[in-house]
Amino acid sequence: MSAAIEIPYNSVERPDTGLYNAKLGIWLFLASEVMLFGALFSSYVLLRTGAETWEHGAEILSVPLGTINTLVLIASSVTMVFSYASLQAGNFARFRMFLGMTLVCAVIFMVIKGFEYKAKFEHGFLPSTSTYMALYFTMTALHALHVIGGVIVNGYLWGPGSKMWLTDPQRFTNRVEVAGLYWHFVDLVWIFLFPTLYLLPGK
Amino acid sequence: MSAHTPEAVQKQVRIYRTVGAVLIVGTVITVLAANVHLGIIVGIIVALIIATVKGSLVAGYFMHLFSEKKLIYMVLALTAAVVVVLAGLLVFSYGDQQGHRHGIFQMPERHVQPHHETAAPAPAPEKGSHVP
Amino acid sequence: MAVEPTTTQSHGGAASHGEAHHDELSFWRKYIFSTDHKVIGIQYGVTALTFLFFGFCLVMTMRWQLAYPARPLPWNWLVKLLGDSRMPGGVMAPEFYNQLGAMHGTIMIFLGVVPLAVGAFGNYLVPLQIGAQDMAFPKLNMSSYWVYFIGGIVMLGSFFMPGGSAQSGWTSYTPLADIATPASMTLGAALVHYFTNLGSLGGIGGKFAAFFTTGLAPLWTGQTMWLIGMVFLITSSLLGSVNTITTIIQLRTKGLTFMRLPFFVWSQLVTGFLLLLAFPPLEAAGVMQLMDRLGGSSFFLPTGLVVGGKALEVSGGGSSLLWQHLFWFLAHPEVYVLILPAMGIVAEIIANNTRKPLWGYKSMVYSALFLGFMSFVVWAHHMFLTGMGTAINAFFQTTTMIISIPSIIILTALILSLWGGSIRFNVPMCFALAFLPMFAIGGLTGLPLGLASADIHLHDTMYVIGHFHYVVAPGTLFALFAGIYFWFPKVTGRKMNETLGRIHFWGSLVFMNGIFMPMFIQGLAGVSRRLYDGGASYLHAQHVLGLNKVMSHSAWALGVVQFVFIINFFWSLFAGRKANDNPWESTTLEWATPTPPPHGNFPAGPPQVYRGPYEYSVPGKKQDFSPQNHPEADGKNGEANHVSSH
Repeated sequence: MSAAIEIPYNSVERPDTGLYNAKLGIWLFLASEVMLFGALFSSYVLLRTGAETWEHGAEILSVPLGTINTLVLIASSVTMVFSYASLQAGNFARFRMFLGMTLVCAVIFMVIKGFEYKAKFEHGFLPSTSTYMALYFTMTALHALHVIGGVIVNGYLWGPGSKMWLTDPQRFTNRVEVAGLYWHFVDLVWIFLFPTLYLLPGK
Repeated sequence: MSAHTPEAVQKQVRIYRTVGAVLIVGTVITVLAANVHLGIIVGIIVALIIATVKGSLVAGYFMHLFSEKKLIYMVLALTAAVVVVLAGLLVFSYGDQQGHRHGIFQMPERHVQPHHETAAPAPAPEKGSHVP
Repeated sequence: MAVEPTTTQSHGGAASHGEAHHDELSFWRKYIFSTDHKVIGIQYGVTALTFLFFGFCLVMTMRWQLAYPARPLPWNWLVKLLGDSRMPGGVMAPEFYNQLGAMHGTIMIFLGVVPLAVGAFGNYLVPLQIGAQDMAFPKLNMSSYWVYFIGGIVMLGSFFMPGGSAQSGWTSYTPLADIATPASMTLGAALVHYFTNLGSLGGIGGKFAAFFTTGLAPLWTGQTMWLIGMVFLITSSLLGSVNTITTIIQLRTKGLTFMRLPFFVWSQLVTGFLLLLAFPPLEAAGVMQLMDRLGGSSFFLPTGLVVGGKALEVSGGGSSLLWQHLFWFLAHPEVYVLILPAMGIVAEIIANNTRKPLWGYKSMVYSALFLGFMSFVVWAHHMFLTGMGTAINAFFQTTTMIISIPSIIILTALILSLWGGSIRFNVPMCFALAFLPMFAIGGLTGLPLGLASADIHLHDTMYVIGHFHYVVAPGTLFALFAGIYFWFPKVTGRKMNETLGRIHFWGSLVFMNGIFMPMFIQGLAGVSRRLYDGGASYLHAQHVLGLNKVMSHSAWALGVVQFVFIINFFWSLFAGRKANDNPWESTTLEWATPTPPPHGNFPAGPPQVYRGPYEYSVPGKKQDFSPQNHPEADGKNGEANHVSSH
């Protein structure tokens, strides 16, 4: 059996939908991610409204570190979209530079997160401490897993996957756009997670 | 995306830079706002509004949603409706409860007590001991 | 990952076997790790059928206990196999009964029916019916299958965990599921324990092994394995649904507008959206339950919970009902995932074997879309007895009544499609016809359950079990059997044996009714579900206890009849009557391919579609069917002559 049947609309858009396949695919996937984090946020709302008391996040978590992480992720989103724009302009070297910066930002985020977790454990704040802490660990850990996923995908596109630029540049640009969409979504989730967990007043 | 002219790409890049700056400013504002004692409800609303604005910018410009195709809008509209259903009906179910347990639509009596982890054993197993 | 060369599409025979090609795939890439949707579809099918059979064996074992409570199992080899802890003295232990019950449900739904209906039939047929070469994301398709496979292994492995498999129902209600088959410490504590004692362990090999036995010890419990297995299965479904939806929207061939799609494809499209949007909240809930079990959190553990006379040492503040909401948010759309592909299969077979178009195709399509959306707003009808208020109960009751309407429209359209038809009673058609009244019984018996006041008496009784089994067993499973008999000739080039097929059909029909009809009687009498003794210790159940024997003997007879199917299946693979490319004289595109379809599906290039999917018995035409891809010999488009019915 031949390995090379060509699936249409991987590089060019299908005329009536105006989309290439991966664009539709990634938005469908992001829709499911909206449901995933939406369920967690809904659970937060529920558990908090049903609780007698609720912690003031800023007293337990480090707002400075959380703020830095937020800025790091925003920066990584900017560099990600710059890397895509570079490909659109045909500049492979700049694409690689900006994607590399995105990866560095992601690693910084994870390092800070690890530092935060370690500090929590050392002070005896565990998922078993309270529902709030359980939500903090669960939501940020799930988010962190998504960051790791993004690092793997972006790392592949920066490394071995970038060979496709030579054989099918349009399709490769599409792949970077799609990876970018995923990465921006990861940033988007954090934009909501940060105030919810770190900044909201307690009760 | 189909081939873009260099000018179009440059224009996009300027937009990205602006949006990035706005996001940074928004982050600073939301942290500062949290330090002002606005009360629980106002505090939550302010934080949510700022987050929604920031999120919309990321979605609209970085994710190109403001210039996306109709099919994507339809998928996202459906998703938004389903999330609203989940969150809304969930809260509604909890709010509207029978019997002695108060729902969240009725204000519980507020006991000011420190948050203990180990609750005292319940006095005489009540209905709580039925087999699920 | 290998860089894919951008070869232009090779026309003609390049895709067929034996053609000289630069890189002929190895056995592993061709049959095991294939990206071809047909191979993947067959993999899903074989795996799913195996799980279905295994899941059925579980319930056949349970039914011994129900028919003959506390009597030792007469088959010594089975008692020996299961061991003393599960069958002490040959009598089923109550904990084992619970395990069988929970795993039967889980396996049948998540490892059996859905992978068969969506993974097998969907994967194999959708690209063919839309005239595409493959799914939109072939490698993702392959990954989806293997993730499902791993999930299945994890689920089966749970039987061997200390304490046994999951045993809190397929619904895993908290707080029971949180505390069932408990670990001795949190995962964090176990890992800390492992790392602090690392020095005292043996060599590298010892340290490595101890990581799994000591460090990860809290993972090895039945319920935790169930949750981990579910994470794999949900991931597989999500990736599959992204693939299905993208394929149907993006890869339809020229001329194939949405309203010319076979109803089967519509059913797969709606099913894809249900899986995509409904599964993630269960994944979130599963993660939270894993945190409760492994991390000591209290997402689902309320304050002041007392277990075995002792207060549970947790932070409390959680909500057990939260699990139920998130679980049923998926599990209700899940039942439409179970039925929609079945309706799709039945629609194809009825149109083909009545030699006329489906009655009300447009109504069926809009009903399926409406059904899909409504399925998201009815879930708490499973929770009428949890203490929700009257307003919310009334809301869910209303939406539940409304959702019966599209189901009835689809069923009615299928029934009306028979009117005036020239009916061919082959084996697929027998199963498809039987689906109609059986699904009707299942659906109608659901109505009292959807009404909150009636549900007070019927909730958690055998009536519920009868209701949903009617929909899934003589409903969906019959449709799936119909599909296997129907499409077998396209996949293998041979027809299954008709006589054996009719024996399989009549035996299954009779015995399925023998199992599930008495459940309504028992339920109305007040017999609860999931009872280890089948109601024997309850006064109100005494007069219906005899039905337990009827049901059990019917179940075992049903099992025997399935061997007729299994024998027929394997025998026909090698010695069945050879069939041509379109033995049923069908109009849809999957029959316009060689048999079996080669890699790339359409050797002559993408087909052009000229008409709708059910142009049978068009007045003025010589043949009684006009395939979708045949241009008219007289140059006129098929639709111009045909007064389309609505």
